[in-house]
Amino acid sequence: MPKRTDLRKILIIGSGPIIIGQACEFDYSGTQACKALRAEGYTVVLVNSNPATIMTDPEVADRTYIEPLTVPSLEKILAAERPDAVLPTVGGQTGLNLAVELAERGILDKYGVELIGASLRAIKVAEDRLWFKDACRKVGLEVPASVLVNNAKDAMPVAERLGYPIVIRPSFTLGGTGGSIAYNSEEFAEAISRALDSSPVHEALVEESVLGWKEFELEVMRDARDNFVVICSIENVDPMGVHTGDSITVAPIQTLTDKEYQRMRDAAAAIIREVGVATGGSNIQFAVDPGTGRMVVIEMNPRVSRSSALASKATGFPIAKIAAKLAVGLLLDEIPNDITRKTPSCFEPTIDYVVVKIPKWQFEKFPGADTTLGTQMKSVGEVMAIGRTFKEALGKGLRSLEAAPWRAPAEVPGETLHERLLVPGPDRIHWILTALRTGMKAEEVCAITRIDPWFIGQMAETLALERQLAIAGMAGATRELCLEAKRHGISDEYLAELWGVEPAQVAARRAEWKLRPVFKRVDTCAAEFESYTPYLYSTYEEENEAAPVDRPKIVILGSGPNRIGQGIEFDSCCCHAAFALKEEGYETVMVNCNPETVSTDYDTSDRLYFEPLTLEEVMGVIEQERPTGVIVQFGGQTPLNLALDLKARGAPIIGTAPESIDLAEDRDRFSRLLDDLGIPQPRHGIAYDPETAVRVAGEIGLPVLVRPSYVLGGRAMVIAYDRDTVRNYVARAAAMVPPRPVLIDKFLERATEVDVDALADGTDVVIGGIMEHIEEAGVHSGDSSCVMPPVTLKPAVLDRIREYTAQLARALNVVGLMNVQYAIQRDVVYVLEVNPRASRTVPYVSKATGVPLAKVAARVMAGRKLAEINLPVVRPNGVPELPLRDYFAVKSPVFPFNKFRGVDIILGPEMRSTGEVMGIATSFPQAFAKAQAGAGASLPNEGAVFISVNDRDKANVVPIAGALQAAGFHLVATRGTAGALRDAGLKVETVFKVNEGRPNIIDRIKTGTVHMVINTPLGRESFYDEISIRRAAIRYNLPCITTLSAAHAAALAIREQQTHTFEVAALQDLHRMKSVAPITVQAAPGRKSDG
Amino acid sequence: MVREFSQLSSNYRAEETARRYLERHNIPVIWDLDTRALVRHIRQLGTLRGVVATDGTPVDQLIAEARALPSMAGQELAGRVSCHEPYEWGSGSIELARTGGPLLARGEERFRVVAYDFGIKRNILRLLADAGCAVTVVPAGTPAEDVLARKPDGVFLSNGPGDPEPVAYAVEAIRKLLGRVPIFGICLGHQLCGLALGGRTFKLKFGHHGSNHPVKDLQTGKVEITAQNHGFAVDPESLPASQVEITHVNLNDGTNEGMRHRTLPLFSVQYHPEASPGPHDARYLFGRFVELMREGRGK
Repeated sequence: MPKRTDLRKILIIGSGPIIIGQACEFDYSGTQACKALRAEGYTVVLVNSNPATIMTDPEVADRTYIEPLTVPSLEKILAAERPDAVLPTVGGQTGLNLAVELAERGILDKYGVELIGASLRAIKVAEDRLWFKDACRKVGLEVPASVLVNNAKDAMPVAERLGYPIVIRPSFTLGGTGGSIAYNSEEFAEAISRALDSSPVHEALVEESVLGWKEFELEVMRDARDNFVVICSIENVDPMGVHTGDSITVAPIQTLTDKEYQRMRDAAAAIIREVGVATGGSNIQFAVDPGTGRMVVIEMNPRVSRSSALASKATGFPIAKIAAKLAVGLLLDEIPNDITRKTPSCFEPTIDYVVVKIPKWQFEKFPGADTTLGTQMKSVGEVMAIGRTFKEALGKGLRSLEAAPWRAPAEVPGETLHERLLVPGPDRIHWILTALRTGMKAEEVCAITRIDPWFIGQMAETLALERQLAIAGMAGATRELCLEAKRHGISDEYLAELWGVEPAQVAARRAEWKLRPVFKRVDTCAAEFESYTPYLYSTYEEENEAAPVDRPKIVILGSGPNRIGQGIEFDSCCCHAAFALKEEGYETVMVNCNPETVSTDYDTSDRLYFEPLTLEEVMGVIEQERPTGVIVQFGGQTPLNLALDLKARGAPIIGTAPESIDLAEDRDRFSRLLDDLGIPQPRHGIAYDPETAVRVAGEIGLPVLVRPSYVLGGRAMVIAYDRDTVRNYVARAAAMVPPRPVLIDKFLERATEVDVDALADGTDVVIGGIMEHIEEAGVHSGDSSCVMPPVTLKPAVLDRIREYTAQLARALNVVGLMNVQYAIQRDVVYVLEVNPRASRTVPYVSKATGVPLAKVAARVMAGRKLAEINLPVVRPNGVPELPLRDYFAVKSPVFPFNKFRGVDIILGPEMRSTGEVMGIATSFPQAFAKAQAGAGASLPNEGAVFISVNDRDKANVVPIAGALQAAGFHLVATRGTAGALRDAGLKVETVFKVNEGRPNIIDRIKTGTVHMVINTPLGRESFYDEISIRRAAIRYNLPCITTLSAAHAAALAIREQQTHTFEVAALQDLHRMKSVAPITVQAAPGRKSDG
Repeated sequence: MVREFSQLSSNYRAEETARRYLERHNIPVIWDLDTRALVRHIRQLGTLRGVVATDGTPVDQLIAEARALPSMAGQELAGRVSCHEPYEWGSGSIELARTGGPLLARGEERFRVVAYDFGIKRNILRLLADAGCAVTVVPAGTPAEDVLARKPDGVFLSNGPGDPEPVAYAVEAIRKLLGRVPIFGICLGHQLCGLALGGRTFKLKFGHHGSNHPVKDLQTGKVEITAQNHGFAVDPESLPASQVEITHVNLNDGTNEGMRHRTLPLFSVQYHPEASPGPHDARYLFGRFVELMREGRGK
């Protein structure tokens, strides 16, 4: 069937900011879809609020809108662009929900836009739990038995019939609120009444529990001629009860027989046909009772999903790309397989290796959060590892996590161990290994965890080898035994630990033995056909298929699993490096282990090594490839941590020297450098014990910022306003083994923080962007909203910032990118931190200025001079700078607080946001309003504002409250704040605090009679009252502002919203508005002829 | 031959480990070898002869032994693996593997099928039984007359090993059966039909193996994912186009996967619709055979 010619222009909806459960896998899928549709000749319009994505690069789509993913903003885009169709299936749940809303409100019909990929009906059947169950039953498949009830009396016999444990799901609550599992009739009675109460329609589904059953997923595709293929089968190591996103998973399925698998495959085909997903990819989940083999259908996603991204990386079959082509009418057998070139995409990939995915959690960022894993996803990222066996892949996967080595407590009471195995938590895999190491029988581990005996057996086999290795010792270990260890996925580092030697000694011994990894290809066909894409993984086997080519090449080290503080922004930089260096004529080689990313698309670089970012594995790649250069400054902290070791082992690191990076991180040396340059820095000191700390803090002057010396990225930082906080903090650090020194900095109160990204080549410096933070200093830069260009800074201050930036870049001999954080207090510019590497803000600055900083930096690192690259600079005070004249770009963070109930949402020096959005407009308030809407906290136009601020903020909140009152808002405040406002002549209603009586502020939030919350905290250890207010705001989805500067911006933005309507603009037009010439590189003699 | 041979089993239907099962049946297993390297080797050089040894014989000598082995081409192996006496088959597939109910109409008598055993896979017999057939399995060398004497509703030509060309006796039998009774052939049975209809067969470089071969039905344009295991193929150019219609083609390499006679009740496929292990996409072909027999009964 030929592709459709009645469609010309297609809208793709992205997934917005990175949040838990929806990460950069949708950048990968959206980017693929854009490229695929344009390759077929369609005009692609893209909307996504997330500037850190590759999909929003202006060259990926024809028309790119970085606008809020809301119905009003989408309607404006539809009106402006008049696309023929919208593809709703590549932008995650966000994209799908938005498309459904547009369809149901008649907006798609109004503009004559067709839904392609999945019809409204198919989406609804797949998404509605009861309709979906009906569809499954209709084709003869089993689903967990369930009954809808609307009173507790009727519910009881249902529960008795279905048996315990039993699941209770209230109808129409957000994110499963009020749902639970009951293990007996007593618990059930309580659970059902709670569930009915929390349901707005007083209704709940009582469902048979399949807890502990084996869990499987099939990634399937279907085309317009009803051709059906399974791309990948995935098994969850953690049985039913743990969200797939929080489960360790393995592909292909390991513990089903062919008969069971084929039954599942037939079921998947029947479901996708019955639900009516006409074309594209779907994900269907099943549970199988390990005791009887009974199979039930759990759910389906009628769209590209996190699992399909994993499946694409696991098999080499690009699901999103093919799904986009199917949506415009092409058939599976009309689309060639990229990897083999000679065979069609209408086939089922065979894999001759095992893939393991392991989630990455960051509960340490959210003290108070419940770490139990359940039906709601809590991990922030994931790694994938490829090995020839499950054991090898599991070993590689665990070290890809870059977690500090997990150590079992010296003595583990049996009860604790039992509890840790029974209740799934982030460390369960380590507790399983501990249990096996300390002699618990595999059968017992299986019985407690309900993990399939095969998986536990595999671990037990590796541990048996581990014991053998330990007994042999390094002296007694033969080459054969070491080879066996490597084939089991045991790292040099772990062998070193077993043998009490240094990892380098193990590496040296392997080198003597010529015990080196070989590289195998991921080729979709288990070597049946020749492959043309070098997508490789290491293993210990006979034959090596790496076949490196002999031309100048550069290895780019990626950033590993997504985590807070190191996410998609760094992946975007790595991709840009690959794109730019390819244009420069280099062979580009990517190393990364994150399956969600664009960097691990085999299309992004010339060669892809899917490997852990550890010294051992990275050196393996470098020794194989022998590159001319290795780039470590784009992947965040992960590759930087390896930089010095890599250099010591002879890796040719290009760009800023690792020593300079090290210098910037070494507090004493860096402080001396700043003194030498005459650049101010906050006063600071160091302490090893509480009393010294209090003395140092006294000398510096409170408040101070205290943090351990050994972690970066704001982990465990605290702002101390009093001596006791300092003393307690240092006492805790000093109690650690070994004792940790504590760094103490003067905390600059009411300072404005500024981020600068700059490019340097050793001679010249170009400022990429100066970003003014909206939250004041003290809030982690990643958690603060910021604006370009700055709106409140004086020209003299800006000039000072420019000068310091240029001085620092030269002093550190930066070649590539540099980020500087400044704090401005009373017009004095202080340097807080310098990072001579790509920063989190690089994609945002690139989108705002229209100049891809990371691409320019990559060229510079490869030897270009900035002078050779035709950048559109202005020179306000002699320092070249990228201009941004006609509009404002605001970046706002997005937080995962709704996933971690019980955690305080107050912003502080510890970064907790998972993603970001950008708002662009011709005025700052409008850009801010757009960013807030994009971040999912649209500011209200009318209603009541609740204000409660600490004493320090009381005077300054008055003008803000005044502005809101003038804008027609009703002011509500607790006693103290109300008094202050009233004294200033404002009309304000006083409400009770939580412990003062009822109805209190929480009741007001619950009843929807408050529409925005402004609440600044009294120091770090907030009162119960404040926490519960902020928690309620999050739960009821109200904008909750915790700093005065943000409140000020919000007041301006609300005023703007009331008086002006939103405009939408395509990036391509905005960049043209500034007449930015395309970046051209002047021809350099004597190179690139081989490109 | 496997990269890793699991020493564990974990399934509610399991009675023993794979290792014990293979030991019981005296089937050797080679594990811990670079299977991917082996596949690539065969892909480059084509199907190879090989020797498995455990007794320490020098490699040179083993290579010489392998070289001395006859090529698959020209070998008549079907007769060697066939049953020696006819037998009846009536049992269907296990519940887990069953797709769809019996194809018999209410009150309809079971179809009598004579199945030629050239090395028949049991699952073909089970699926014939599932579809409503009473099957008599006969040895490869059974003359057409003997088959017709059983008054079957249809004749099934099974899969089997080796080169179809030397199985001349079967080709002759098919020619005699053609037009007298509905015929359905699978794999070697398909190749024998090709020869009987005047075509020729040839040896593929390394054959088709595995359970993910896309096959396109040229009538509907739909693609089936199929299990395959064959080293020879029918040359579609060699078939008389006036009599034979090509019905299926392999999308990976364009080789022939199925055909039917334009006027007489015969169809055959190169792949395995009964696949086990393998996908069930092509099971409808058993229904097509039943339909053909039903039409035959009507005449």
